[in-house]
Amino acid sequence: MSAGTAKLNVTVAEVKPVNDLVTRFKFVRTGGGDLPTFSGGAHTVVEMQDGGITRLNAYSLMSNPADRGAYTISVRRDDEGRGGSKFMHSQVKEGMEMVISNPVNLFSLDLRAKKHLMLAGGIGITPFMAQMHQLSMMGGQFELHYSVRNASLGSYAEELDAKYPGKVTIYHDDQGEAIDLGTLLATQPLGTHVYVCGPKGMIDWVHGTAESMGWPREAVHSEEFLAPASGKPFEVKCAVSNKVVQVGEHQSLLEALEAAGIDAPYLCRGGACGQCETNVIGYDGKFLHFDHWLTDEQKAGGKHIMPCVSRFEGKTLVLDR
Amino acid sequence: MSKTEFPPSIISRPVYGELEARSGSGHLMIADATGAEAILDLAKSADKDFWAKAHIIYIPKNTGTKYSSQLEDLGAGQFYAGPSYEAAQSRIRRALQDCHMGTQVYLTGTESLMGQAMAEATTAGIPHTAIQTEHRGSTARRMQCVHCKGITEDVTTDPFECSHCGLSLFVRDHYSRRIAAFQGVRVDAEDPGNIPDKVELFK
Repeated sequence: MSAGTAKLNVTVAEVKPVNDLVTRFKFVRTGGGDLPTFSGGAHTVVEMQDGGITRLNAYSLMSNPADRGAYTISVRRDDEGRGGSKFMHSQVKEGMEMVISNPVNLFSLDLRAKKHLMLAGGIGITPFMAQMHQLSMMGGQFELHYSVRNASLGSYAEELDAKYPGKVTIYHDDQGEAIDLGTLLATQPLGTHVYVCGPKGMIDWVHGTAESMGWPREAVHSEEFLAPASGKPFEVKCAVSNKVVQVGEHQSLLEALEAAGIDAPYLCRGGACGQCETNVIGYDGKFLHFDHWLTDEQKAGGKHIMPCVSRFEGKTLVLDR
Repeated sequence: MSKTEFPPSIISRPVYGELEARSGSGHLMIADATGAEAILDLAKSADKDFWAKAHIIYIPKNTGTKYSSQLEDLGAGQFYAGPSYEAAQSRIRRALQDCHMGTQVYLTGTESLMGQAMAEATTAGIPHTAIQTEHRGSTARRMQCVHCKGITEDVTTDPFECSHCGLSLFVRDHYSRRIAAFQGVRVDAEDPGNIPDKVELFK
């Protein structure tokens, strides 16, 4: 069994800079043929061979889900990050062969909704682009509120406004424009679901405001991929494979397990999906939980860890892997 | 009458909780008979400004005028008392059509009332898990005959006769949220004519 989902061999068909920070990549199947279908909100995990390191980053698919000829993603360059987005911007060229995962959707539309209210911040626009394609084909009702730093960094803002007239509102931070969330949430008809994708502060703001205004939890959806945090190196004993693994400063526990040849499960690699949940057999030290998956109780219990984003500080950690 | 404890059953059988005042942009409260007591209990802990945004729809059934004036005295923004669920239905639909996300729905009283109002609220777009319920009063059931599809209200015995096709039906805990009714299945299907004595299971 191999961890993650089945892999797809693809060729980079187009690399297109969108603005100073964002570049768009188009993948087609190597050797031709259709790619698997997906639904709006799905992501793919892109494998990058960066020197001796395999980097695996999840990116939302932004193309039309009905178009099986190609997948499109947009990558925002993060100069402070661990290098995945920099690799995409500097190393990936048209014609290059790459491996990506089958699409996985952890941010799907709830099709029982009578209306979809989408709130995007920055590069968080990408899953909504696929969802808007999907909803337009189905005749679904939607409204997009898109917050950008300024006009030149507002990826796809003008294009979306032109494509979906009357359904798109753009807010420019540099002009003091901001989403009036209180009014927006207070005036939605019954049956509306709200979706938010953007920075953590924006997601917390939407969840908190919606809850205080009496919105059902089931009608509020969000997606935030965490990048694994760096931290002090630590050692982990793997009881099943009988290996001792060193986790480096800028390496995640999951990456360290993979580098040691341990077939650890994963899907999102960003603390959201729960697939990599691992049982802790014993420990002497402190967990640094960064995921959105475990409950606060589980985090305090010391029996589980999400190796994709969480870390450990202390003497010993023994995992059931 | 206080709230009822139902014995544990199959997962299909609805379970009910206890109403609590929650924050929201409006409060739609639908009750019948002694369900009024659950609203009066909630009133002990609700803020004053809760009632200005509240809409109470009440069907007294066999309780006469015992609770109506007490409920009216709570000072809800809108109060309606009517003779039957059917009479109140168009008002319930209109109320749901006019309200926005953030409105809280509170249902209390018989299972028939809660089930039917729940179906209206979920059709209007509220997830069923976000709707509060509290059972009070009669445990008589709203039953659907699985053979002729007719609905028989206020069933108190098992088996019972379908009020539409006359078959003797076994009362199941199998419940349909869509039609807000338990399922009744012919009790003598295997052995026609062999109909067990009626037992009064519900009051």
